[in-house]
Amino acid sequence: MADNSQLLFNLAGDSTLKVQLRGIWRLRGGRPSAALVEHELESARQVRDIAFDTRELTSWDSSVLTFLVEVSELCRQRRIPMNREGLPVGVQKLLALAEAVPERKGARREVTEASFLERVGTDTLGFVGSAKEMLAFLGDMTVTFLALLRMRARYRASDLFLLIQQCGAQALPIVTLISFLVGVILAFVGAVQLKQFGAQIYVADLVGIAMMREMGAMMTGIIMAGRTGAAFAAQIGTMKVTQEVDAFTTAGFSPLEFLVLPRVMALILMMPLLCLYADFVGVIGGAVIGVSMLDLSWITYFNETANAISLTDIFGGIFKASVYGVLIALSGCLRGLQCGNSSSAVGDAATSAVVTGIVAIVMACGIFAVVFYILGI
Amino acid sequence: MASQTPTGNHTKAHITVNDLTMAFGSFVLMRDLNFAVNHGDIFIIMGGSGSGKSTLLRHMIGLIEPARGDIFYGDENFTRADFEQRQKLLRRMGILFQTGGLWSSMTLAENIGMLLEEYTELNPAEIREVASLKLALVGLKGFEDYYPSQISGGMQKRAGLARAMALDPEVLFFDEPSAGLDPISSRLLDDLILELRDSLGATVVVVTHELASIFTIGNNSVFLDPDAKTMTASGDPKELLAHCPDPKVRAFLRRGEKENV
Repeated sequence: MADNSQLLFNLAGDSTLKVQLRGIWRLRGGRPSAALVEHELESARQVRDIAFDTRELTSWDSSVLTFLVEVSELCRQRRIPMNREGLPVGVQKLLALAEAVPERKGARREVTEASFLERVGTDTLGFVGSAKEMLAFLGDMTVTFLALLRMRARYRASDLFLLIQQCGAQALPIVTLISFLVGVILAFVGAVQLKQFGAQIYVADLVGIAMMREMGAMMTGIIMAGRTGAAFAAQIGTMKVTQEVDAFTTAGFSPLEFLVLPRVMALILMMPLLCLYADFVGVIGGAVIGVSMLDLSWITYFNETANAISLTDIFGGIFKASVYGVLIALSGCLRGLQCGNSSSAVGDAATSAVVTGIVAIVMACGIFAVVFYILGI
Repeated sequence: MASQTPTGNHTKAHITVNDLTMAFGSFVLMRDLNFAVNHGDIFIIMGGSGSGKSTLLRHMIGLIEPARGDIFYGDENFTRADFEQRQKLLRRMGILFQTGGLWSSMTLAENIGMLLEEYTELNPAEIREVASLKLALVGLKGFEDYYPSQISGGMQKRAGLARAMALDPEVLFFDEPSAGLDPISSRLLDDLILELRDSLGATVVVVTHELASIFTIGNNSVFLDPDAKTMTASGDPKELLAHCPDPKVRAFLRRGEKENV
């Protein structure tokens, strides 16, 4: 078959290795390896130079070039002159172009496998560095908040209202869906167990207390970390890439006041409302199971719920939700401000914001559990 | 300060860069930078890609702290100034960022108005008027209520310039003004820069590698050489083209074409 790339060798005279390139040389179809030439050179020691014959080369692309660059490297190592006259003019020119600029010294990165100790050390230093950055950010934010309390902080009220809309009203559908399902799941798990003791009615207590004390705040927090925390990081990260943050800084507007503060405030204000709403929807989810599976009436279910929960439970949940809101906003904004200078860095910032936010929420949840237990709430 | 500046005169120069070293951690990008920008200069920071031109500009506006050395505005040391002092100096500067840097959540008028609101005593109607005037100066009359995303890249650049001029600055910084502009737009921007310098009397610092711009507008410059890790020439670009002893600088200014000796 003449339409595949072919390589033939013959010795012209004693000392010239004639390499014949035939057929169609296309990257797509693969190409003969330069190792064949090397092999040929090994076996014919008396070769003094290499020439090419391309009269039967039907068509070519970069595959010929990569092959020839390798051959040229082989010739250089063996100090054999490479006669390029037999090559098509285009190939000769491209080859000259590829070899025109010598490799920059030190440009090639040394790929070395770091030892275990080295990696542990680098990671530890990285961790210390990021912990320092986080502390510095928290310190700056505290100062900014004090300025807010003294009415000295500057931000645009219109930004705040827009953010409140984005992380308040627009989050309602997803919060509704998730908390309804959480209520349903809790009720379902409880129903199966409690039915064995004929204590179906306590499903209402279970769902009510669980939603008010923990699940309402927790689920809202996780939804908002994924939804709003990521959005904050992406917004601020993009603003860093487009130098909007630099423009704020040089114009004397603190990015913390103009960008971070309204975001934190929006979540502090909206998280308690969303949490309260999630609590309510969760109870309805539980009631749907109670009524449909356990033959309870709506009235009985709600009376039992009302007896089970106290205002302390509700306020405890709402307080937690505000704290989660602060954590989500801060981790989103911090990751946004740390964002590097490319579009992939914005993606990393958003991912990292969600991870940081959720980790912070779960840790805070654990701390609250201990503190509430000690305080007897 | 033991080191001296090329002009050796602090009171006369508008901006003096003294013995500046730029470094990221232990990686030194440029060292021993010494130059002065006079009042009314259009000063070009030139050099190949990756030579640290924009980084030098970011040092001059305080976005990056120098590893060593000082930057003076008139007699005032910008590098060692405290926060308040530095803000005061920054208010006298206008900066056009490479990407325009317009605040995307605000209209063009709000972008400009934001600065006026904060730093002047004007009332909202007057602010709007001034913003319209600044936009008119850069040929964007009627675009007050557009958001940056609704106008073209060239218009964003010009709107960025209008914002940079909002507070009638004494120094204007341009980071690659012609990047991403077609030849005609970039020529118009050059004309605009010249005109603004002449009419406002501002000092202009431009980061660019566009030869056309360099020769049309520049009357003073530094050349950054990444291999030497320092500046290898300074002065009027036209003079440098004819008389610079460093062949690399001449080659840059000739676009690499051979010199006819």
